[in-house]
Amino acid sequence: MSQYLLKRLLISIPTLIAISVIIFTILALAPGDPLGEFASNPAITAEVRENIRRALGLDQPIPIRYLKWFWAFIRGDMGYSFTSRSPVLNLLLQRLPTTLWVVGSAYLLALLIAFPLGIISALRRYSATDQIITTFAFLGFSIPPFFTGLLFIIIFSVQLGWLPFIYNSTLQVTDWSTFLELIKQSIMPVFVLALYQSAVLMRFIRSSVLEELNQEYVRTAYAKGLGQISVLKNHILRNAMIPVVTLIALDIPAIFTGALVTEQVFRVPGIGALLIESIYRSDTPVVMAITFIYGLLIVAFNLIADIVYGVLDPRVRY
Amino acid sequence: MNILTHNPPVNKPSTNTWRRFKRDRAAIFGTIVLLTIVIAVIFGPFIYTTPIDKIDFARSAAPPSWQHLFGTNDLGQDQLARILYGGRISLTVAVAAMAVAVSLGTLVGAIAGFYGGIIDNGLMRLTDLFLALPQLPLLLLIVYLFRDSIRAVAGPELGIFLLVVLIIGCFNWMSVARLVRGNFLKLREMEFVSAAKALGAKPQRLIWIHLFPNVASIIIVAATLAVGNAIITESTLSFLGLGFPPDVPTWGRMLFDAQNYLTSAPHMAVFPGLAIFLTVLSINYIGDGLRDALDPKRR
Repeated sequence: MSQYLLKRLLISIPTLIAISVIIFTILALAPGDPLGEFASNPAITAEVRENIRRALGLDQPIPIRYLKWFWAFIRGDMGYSFTSRSPVLNLLLQRLPTTLWVVGSAYLLALLIAFPLGIISALRRYSATDQIITTFAFLGFSIPPFFTGLLFIIIFSVQLGWLPFIYNSTLQVTDWSTFLELIKQSIMPVFVLALYQSAVLMRFIRSSVLEELNQEYVRTAYAKGLGQISVLKNHILRNAMIPVVTLIALDIPAIFTGALVTEQVFRVPGIGALLIESIYRSDTPVVMAITFIYGLLIVAFNLIADIVYGVLDPRVRY
Repeated sequence: MNILTHNPPVNKPSTNTWRRFKRDRAAIFGTIVLLTIVIAVIFGPFIYTTPIDKIDFARSAAPPSWQHLFGTNDLGQDQLARILYGGRISLTVAVAAMAVAVSLGTLVGAIAGFYGGIIDNGLMRLTDLFLALPQLPLLLLIVYLFRDSIRAVAGPELGIFLLVVLIIGCFNWMSVARLVRGNFLKLREMEFVSAAKALGAKPQRLIWIHLFPNVASIIIVAATLAVGNAIITESTLSFLGLGFPPDVPTWGRMLFDAQNYLTSAPHMAVFPGLAIFLTVLSINYIGDGLRDALDPKRR
C-alpha cells in the first residue's frame, strides 16, 4: 500500500510541474507587458514595484523566471498582487472561506439529493418514478448554471422577494439572526451548484446500481431469504458505491471551477470571482496562483480517488 | 432450389439503428426541437427581417409585444432577431469546435491505439496532462490574453471566432482520444486485421479503411455530446464577458447584458437562456438515443 502510494505521489509531481509550466508559458507568451498597467499606475510606490520586480525577476529570460516563481511558490510565497499591493497569499486566504462554504454545502446538498433519488430510480427502473427522476437529471445537466442562477434571481428575488439578490460579503456571523441571513443569501448559489452536480451524480449512481442488480451474488442473497433492504444495504450498495465514491472525489475540482460562474452571477466574493477580476486587471501573480491552485486540486483529488478505489475494492492489487 | 432464389429479408445495420432510435421518444423529441431551432436560425433572418442593431431608446427594455415578439433589450434592439442571429454564431462555433475536438481526438486515439508501445504511452500521458489542466480558468485566460493580437490578424469577428473554436476544440479532444484508443487496442488483435495485414495492407490503410469504420458509431455519439458541451462553453465565455465583441449578439452575451436588468426586464434573460437550454437539452437527448441505438449489446 505505502509503496503504491509513493508511486502515485511520484507520478503526480511531474504532472504538477507540467501544468505550472503550461500556465506560466501562456502568461509569458502573451503579447503586451504584464506590468504595463502596473508601471503606469502612480498609486504603487517604488518600494512595492521593486519588491515585485525582485519576486518576479521580470528582466530575466522565461525559464529563469519560471524557476524563481516555482521556488518561491514552494516556500508559500506567491508574490504580490499588482493592483491591491498585498501578498497574493493574503488575498487568497481572504476569499477562500467563502468559496469553501458555498462549494462545500453545495456538494453536500448534491450528495443528499443524488443518493436516495439515484438508488430509487435504479430499483424501480422504467417505472413512472424512474422516468421523472431521470428526466429531472437530464434537465439538471442540460441547463447552464448561469441561466439557472438568473432564473432563480428572477423568481425568488424579483418576483417573490424571498431571498436577497446579491451576496453580502461584509456580513459577520455574530448571532442567530445574522446566521439566518447568511443561510438566506447562500441558498441560491448553493442550489444552483447542487442542481448540476446532483444531476451528474444521480445518473452515475443509477447506472452503477443497475449494473449490480442482475449479478448472481444478488440472486444468491435473495435465495438465502434476505429481505430487500438488507440485500440493498449489505450487498448491492457496497459494490455499487466503489465507482461512485471515486467519481465523487474526481468531481470535486469541477465544482470549484463551476463555482467560478455561480460566484459571478450572485456576486459571491470567492476565489472564482477573484480570478475573473484579476484576469480583467491583468494581475498576473494572482491569476497564476489561482489557476495553479485549480490544477493542484485536480491532481490531488485524482490521487485521492486512486487511493480510495484501492482501499474500497479489495480486488485491486498494488 | 426455391429456397436459394428466395432472398431473405436483409437486416442492414443502418435501418436497425434507425428503428431503435425511432422507438426512443425522448430522442425523437430532441431531433424535432433541434431541427426546428436549426431551421429557424438558418432561414429565420430571411423571413423575420427586423434589423438586429437598430437602436430605439423610446422602446428600450420593452416586454414582448406583437411588434417585438421577444421584447427588446436595453438599447431597444429587437431580441428575436438577435436570438436568431446569435444562434447562427453559437451553433457554428459549437459545430466547428466539435470538428476540431473530434478530429484531434480521433487522430491521437488512432495513432496511440494502433502503434501501441512507447507512442501510446507518450500520447496517453499527454491526454492525462490535458485532463488535469483547469479548463475554464485557462480558457478565460487564453481568450483574454490573446484576443487583441488575433483580432489584429484576422479581424474582430473572424479572429474571436477562430480563437474560441480552436481553444474549445483543443481542450475537449481527450475523451474521444481515450474511446478511440481503447477500441483500437481491442480491434487490432482481431482476425480481420491480421487478414488485412497478411494481404499486405499498409498501416495507413489498416487504420482508416479497416479499423476506423468500426469506431465510427462511438465517434458519432461523442461528437453529438461534444456539440452540446461546446455550446455551454461558448456561452459561459460570452457570459463572463470574454467572448465575441459586444455588438455581436451570441446567446451567452445576451445573458451577460441581461444581468443588470433582471428587475425591470426579465424577458431579456429568459429567451436567450431558453434558447441555450432547449438546444443543449435536445442535443443531449439525441446523443443518448444514438448511444442506445448504436450499441450492439442492446439489440
